[in-house]
Amino acid sequence: MENVTGKILKVSGPLVIAEGMREANMFDVVRVGEKKLIGEIIEMHGDRASIQVYEETAGLGRGDIVVSTGAPLSVELGPGLIKNIYDGIQRPLETLCAKFGSNIEKGIDEPALDRDRMWEFEPAKGAGERVVEGEVLGYVQETDVIRHKIMVPPGKSGILVTISSGKFRVTDSIGKIKVDGGDVEPLTLIQKWPVRVSRPYKEKLPPAEPMITGQRSIDALFPIAKGGTACVPGPFGSGKTVVQHQLAKWSDVDLVVYIGCGERGNEMTDVLREFPELTDPRTGKSLMDRTVLIANTSDMPVAAREASIYTGITIAEYYRDMGYSVAVIADSTSRWAEALREMSGRLEEMPGEEGYPAYLTSRLAQFYERAGKVVCLGEDGRIGTLSAIGAVSPQGGDISEPVTQATLRIVKVFWGLDSSLAYRRHFPAINWLNSYSLYRDRLDLWFAENVSSDWMTLTGRSLKILQVENELEEIVKLVGLDALSPEDRLTLEVARSVREDFLQQFAFDDVDGYTPLDKQYELLRLVFVFEDKAKEAIEAGADINDIATLPVRERIGRAKAVPTADYKEEFKKIEAEITQQLDEAVRRANEA
Amino acid sequence: MIREYKTIEEVAGPLMLVRQVDGVKYDELGEIQLPNGDVRRCRVLEVNGRDVLVQLFESSAGLNLAESKVRFTGHGVQLPVSQNMLGRVFSGMGEPIDGGAKIIADKKLDINGTPINPAARIYPSEFIQTGISTIDGLNTLVRGQKLPIFSGSGMPHANLAAQIARQAKVRGTDGKFAVVFAAIGITFEEADFFISDFKKTGAIDRTVLFINLASDPAIERISTPRMALTAAEYLAFECDMHVLVIMTDITNYAEALREVSAARKEVPGRRGYPGYLYTDLATMYERAGRKAGSEGSITMIPILTMPEDDKTHPIPDLTGYITEGQIILSREMYRKGYMPPVDVLPSLSRLKDKGIGEGKTREDHSGTLNQLFSSYARGKEAKELMVVLGEAALSPVDRLYAQFADAFEAEYINQGFYENRTIEETLDLGWKLLSMLPKAEMKRIKPELVEKYWQGK
Repeated sequence: MENVTGKILKVSGPLVIAEGMREANMFDVVRVGEKKLIGEIIEMHGDRASIQVYEETAGLGRGDIVVSTGAPLSVELGPGLIKNIYDGIQRPLETLCAKFGSNIEKGIDEPALDRDRMWEFEPAKGAGERVVEGEVLGYVQETDVIRHKIMVPPGKSGILVTISSGKFRVTDSIGKIKVDGGDVEPLTLIQKWPVRVSRPYKEKLPPAEPMITGQRSIDALFPIAKGGTACVPGPFGSGKTVVQHQLAKWSDVDLVVYIGCGERGNEMTDVLREFPELTDPRTGKSLMDRTVLIANTSDMPVAAREASIYTGITIAEYYRDMGYSVAVIADSTSRWAEALREMSGRLEEMPGEEGYPAYLTSRLAQFYERAGKVVCLGEDGRIGTLSAIGAVSPQGGDISEPVTQATLRIVKVFWGLDSSLAYRRHFPAINWLNSYSLYRDRLDLWFAENVSSDWMTLTGRSLKILQVENELEEIVKLVGLDALSPEDRLTLEVARSVREDFLQQFAFDDVDGYTPLDKQYELLRLVFVFEDKAKEAIEAGADINDIATLPVRERIGRAKAVPTADYKEEFKKIEAEITQQLDEAVRRANEA
Repeated sequence: MIREYKTIEEVAGPLMLVRQVDGVKYDELGEIQLPNGDVRRCRVLEVNGRDVLVQLFESSAGLNLAESKVRFTGHGVQLPVSQNMLGRVFSGMGEPIDGGAKIIADKKLDINGTPINPAARIYPSEFIQTGISTIDGLNTLVRGQKLPIFSGSGMPHANLAAQIARQAKVRGTDGKFAVVFAAIGITFEEADFFISDFKKTGAIDRTVLFINLASDPAIERISTPRMALTAAEYLAFECDMHVLVIMTDITNYAEALREVSAARKEVPGRRGYPGYLYTDLATMYERAGRKAGSEGSITMIPILTMPEDDKTHPIPDLTGYITEGQIILSREMYRKGYMPPVDVLPSLSRLKDKGIGEGKTREDHSGTLNQLFSSYARGKEAKELMVVLGEAALSPVDRLYAQFADAFEAEYINQGFYENRTIEETLDLGWKLLSMLPKAEMKRIKPELVEKYWQGK
């Protein structure tokens, strides 16, 4: 097909209108102007195409040439994605930096996957075998932890004519396939997939397993399932980014795709510099071995920001199709929505709420709906999961704004960050009163089998005591602490302990940054052992002021910092001290 | 070939429509020659067929549709840069206004800059000692950070910024350093305060000033910060200097942007500010930082006044989402006479964690910082309760917390604009205050450090 060529008529920021484009397709990628800037057709009126340009448009003018590539915006999928950092339209940033210097100039382009690198390919199928779409053809050891499965591209089935092992570049032919009712086609390590179309799978399943994050507020109170969706709204300074980074670091998934969408450049640099140094607690290898980064920072062109979350989730879907559990972490979807709003404004569309386009909700829903637990294509029935976690940056922290509200209607987990907690340096600042997880009940069985049968009881008890604390504090504000019964005073003390000794977690501490599930359970149990025993002590006459200041309480407070290796021993000692000191408190009260 | 057009069709506010032009590019700089010979500058905002919409940088007074001529220059707005800019004063559009000679340009740079590749950035981690306890101790500034000051009308943000410019240093190094100061729509008096302070300390020789005063055209303000940042980038990344950029007041900048947006009849976002305010601010703020291949750095302190002291107003709100923290000034502290009146709890430095600790400040910094924050927060809560119910209603521990909060404000926050504390003095003061509280409350600090530094009974 001959490429359609048109001429620019209008330039307004990232929007370009070109005429002579009648033959072009909607959503085709086009090259704009002398510098061949990358753009995408988003509207057609007669022979005029509206194009969003993914690079800075300064210097474009009327009459400049626009050439359609005849293909939609696509990503390259194949070995070499992991450890890489891409911009919103999958240009490899480290390669760009090495080739073109430290700033991103206009009109530079590089293939996403390194064309020279050789990969060792090991076939899993032989010549003459029949393969269907999604079937695993063979393996490439992409990093120390990820064995990349080379799959038959979706939509193709047939008989393998040849397939060979050995070292290949991503574009080399590894074999040939006789497509059903068609020609013989070469097979390579690379596939292309349009970002705005979700990759196919056989069947979707309801999620039933938690994604363990090592973050106590999340795992214990508001867990997320593998294949689930969650959002983290919060005003600036409430610790959204730290929560997202923690999830990217410690989640027990096989692969993480981290999308920095319209956020700070230094945050992406932080991930880029820090992750290679960190070891994954599960594999003992570098965290970077399971990470793909997409960075379209706030100063980079706004249209590419819109594309970045699709680029990210398509890469994630590709690894999900291999049967891996993948997490997509997007920071922040509000910036993506703003990019949408800016383009909508330039297209002179009728605005919805706060200037956002009317299709905001459906676009968000489409994004989150690409998450899930699925049976992948192919004959082996492998199961992959894709969890999506999006940060939301509501203006002024007011969650009644359109992006947060649209997101809340879709996602199942809500971690609401609270600035007043952040001011007290209670981190993670997840507000326990308004956050929720709709997966709690569904994950009950898993926790009962894998952690302890009373996991749900204990975590439910913490939620309840925090709720009661909130009510009691209202009373204290009116009539003072003295008006409370000793039992209620104890409730307040224990609630404080749940907050400070359990929920509060210091992300930058080596021990405290990640708590395995069994330690979480024991830690929470310790808090409630104290409550139970203290209740008995109060009934036996002990003084609440005495109980509140027992030295063992500081020991409980420091329990979370006990190294994971020897916490069991230590926790037993603390439990013994609880009993002993409370007994003494009773004795003291009775003597007096 | 440069052509001149006499086809100005419309002038409305800061916008002007020129018809029947050829070969004009988006974002190109244009020059308008008035009948009396004056030259005004403008920038292409939209190309639509043979019509172009341009935005004026100066006032449209005296512009005559029939007689004025427009010439397009073939490039964007540029700033001639050279090391000789140090010690000079420029207008908001980059013209020298100190009566000195024109700058002989080392090169001419487009004022919009280009985005820094995140893969080329160096994560900022060098501690800057500002000598101010609330910053050094609690909201540590590092080289290459952008840390704005959120203030309100009538508060001494200028004194704080001047104090930082005066006292800031990275200990144990002696790199070349410079100050770039952008006055954006502020009053003569405020600008004069900075200039005299720079003169008094001798810093003026290492300073580049860009001055757009309240009486200058509002529309010029859109370029002023970009002029300043272009100069800063040149000094930092090509001359390897450590540059401190102070920009005041961003609120005036955002208002100028709103003016243009309104004139274009764009769909407004919140409070009439354009929907792209976030992106627009980000393209300025993100120019701070450090990058590979250069010794220099840009540390940025933008100042903005929050309308009605409202932190959720779009300007501070969007700024807070882009910058790496914020120093918020408090009217309450100001009324109490505690200077600099920093509102400690909502202030934040996001980059502090990699800039503090052993080898950078001191081993106990991280723990004491968190302990001071949470103790002060609890002390303030106790004080609020005390107001309602009286002191007797507090538990004995909370009473200590309330006393701690008072002492913290009076000694730690209140240091005045001319006291320069070393980081050790700041940390020791923190310990002195923490020692008012029971040892068992020091839960945020490692026990061995509590043993080493805590001095209470």
